Formats: sequence, structure tokens, C-alpha cells
Amino acid sequence: MSDVQAYPQSGEAQFGDYVALLKPRVMSLVVFTALVGLLVAPVGVHPVVGFAAILFIALGAGASGALNMWWDADIDAVMNRTKSRPVPAGKVQSGEALGFGLALSGIAVVMLALSANLFAAGLLAFTIFFYAVVYSMWLKRSTPQNIVIGGAAGAFPPMIGWAVATGGVSVESALMFGLIFMWTPPHFWALALFMKEDYHKAGVPMLTVTHGRAETRRQILIYTVLLAPVSIWAALTTIGGPFTLAVAVVLNAVFLKGAYDIWKRPEPVAEADKYAVEKSFFKFSLLYLFVHFAAFLVEALLKAYGLGGWA
Amino acid sequence: MSFRPDHELHKRRFSRNVGLGVTLVAFVALVFALTVVKVTRGDPMQGFDHTVRPEMAPAATGGTQP
Repeated sequence: MSDVQAYPQSGEAQFGDYVALLKPRVMSLVVFTALVGLLVAPVGVHPVVGFAAILFIALGAGASGALNMWWDADIDAVMNRTKSRPVPAGKVQSGEALGFGLALSGIAVVMLALSANLFAAGLLAFTIFFYAVVYSMWLKRSTPQNIVIGGAAGAFPPMIGWAVATGGVSVESALMFGLIFMWTPPHFWALALFMKEDYHKAGVPMLTVTHGRAETRRQILIYTVLLAPVSIWAALTTIGGPFTLAVAVVLNAVFLKGAYDIWKRPEPVAEADKYAVEKSFFKFSLLYLFVHFAAFLVEALLKAYGLGGWA
Repeated sequence: MSFRPDHELHKRRFSRNVGLGVTLVAFVALVFALTVVKVTRGDPMQGFDHTVRPEMAPAATGGTQP
């Protein structure tokens, strides 16, 4: 693994290299979904406590990203998309990334327990464990279902946000979890369809490598179909309302149409137009999640003015 | 009196040191803000301090009074 491989050292690590270890782009999604989970909860949270909680959830997510980069440095070095990450690029040493990830994990969990509650901190600790150990160390290299089960790690943040406010879980927080969980496979498999050389070179058992591209297209459609009822159900609960339902219907209709198009496309056609449909589906998947969670937030705001929600 | 010029090492580490310094100051400010919020909101902070304080005893629920 990463600790037996030496990477070229290119000067001293700068502050930005440590920030890059935290996967800031993934972190921004974590911050947004956790914030929505916290704000749509039926219990109010003091702004300072809320701010601190979101910060430490993000820090925990970043720490698990650093642990992932420590463990996966060998395959990151092979893939074009990841070879400029701090460890394979030789900017941060492998052991440093490990220490950084472990230290930040501890700080994030303890500080979340102190600023919010033990339940939320426990969920954060489990999420870090799930991403770093269950996904990165175990599933990623051993099964093509890696994305499906690993997606759970990315699905926890809104649940943690909800737990910060309420101290527990509920149908609503479980549905927000389900939404990201079901969304992850089509999102990543669309990426795998047009970044095919990368995963192949690294030997990661992506569905495209193990079961072929036609099967991947079929699985994208299956998960997109399964995602729709979760999304609609979430819109029908206390965090939803007519506005969220309308948004969910439109988003799922567009997403389903994209998944259907991907399923129907033969590989030579996709190759001929440089995976245009797959790329636009991938881009829309990002918009899907952002708009869906934004809709929950808008609904909560409308409710504050006596407009939204299922009265 | 003249100061020795900075070693090249200090220049290379400048951004890292400034970044860490800013992070630590922000962390201290956050913990301070959290403390102020928790104290002013009156989160439970009293504990046993070797003196009997009847106001800390749990309220009696039912039972017979003489």
C-alpha cells in the first residue's frame, strides 16, 4: 500500500497542500447537505453552535478525505484525475497525510460532541470510519459494488446535521440519507463511463471494468428509477411541501430521461460523440442534488412565513 | 545594528506558518464564542461541590407531607 511506496519530493509542503488533502470540493457538498439537514430540522439551533457544528462536520469529512488520500496514494498516482493530489505529487509525505487525517478526525469528533451532542459526534465518527476503513481500505479494491456501499459515507452529513439539532434520527433524516445514497451510483458510474482509462489503469474494480459498459448503463437506469420514489417520499414528509414536490418531480423526470438515454446508447455512438450524453448526465447529477436540497431549504423558509409545508 | 537576513527555509515555510497561525487564532475565537453562548444560555453547569444545596435536589414527585 501507500506506506511502502516512495513518491518524489518536490519541495516543502505549503499550507494549500494540506487544504487539498481535505478534498475541498467534496467538503463543499458535505457543508451544504449538513447545513440543510440542520436547518430543516424541527428544533432550532443557536447560530454559533450551528456554525461550529457544520465546521466540525466538514473537518471530519476532510479528515476522512486525507485518510483516503494516504491509503489510495498508489492508485491516485496512476489515474490522470488524481495524480496531482498532494501525496502522489510528492508534496506531502504519506505518513504526514495519515497523521494529519487521524489528528483532524479526533479533533472534529471531540469538538462536535462538545459543541452539539454525543449522538451527532458518534455519527460523525462512524462516517469517518465508514469512508476510510469500510470504503477506502476494504470495498474500493475488492468489489464493483464499492460505489454503492461507499456512497453511504457521503450520505451521512445531512443526517448528522439533523442530529445536531434534534439529538436523534427520524424518517426525514433517513430519507435525506437515502436520497444521496441512491444518487451516488448513477453519478459515479456516469463519470466512470467517460473516464474509462483511469479506473482501468488503476485496476479499481469499477462496474465498467468488471461487468462491462452495457451493464453499467443498465445499472445507472436501475438506480435512477429507485432514486425517484425516495425523492418523492422525502418531498411528502414534514421537510417537504408542494414546492419541494414540484421540484422533485421535475428533477426526477429529467434525471430519468438522461438515464434512459444512457441505457439506450450503444457504445460506438457514445464514443463517436465523445460521451456527450454521459457528460451532461454527470453534470446534471450535481445540479440534481444541489437543487433538491436547496428545495428543502426554500420549503423551510416558506414555512417560516406560513407558506410552505403540508399544512 | 543589523539583523541577519532570513534563512531561505523561513521564506519557504512562511505561508505554512501564517496559515497555521490564522487557523489556531480562528479556533480559539470559535471555542470562546461557543463558551459564551453555552454559558449565557444557561446550559446545566452546576455540580456537587461538597456543600448541600437544596435547590439542586430533584423536585419531589408526589408522596405524603406532614
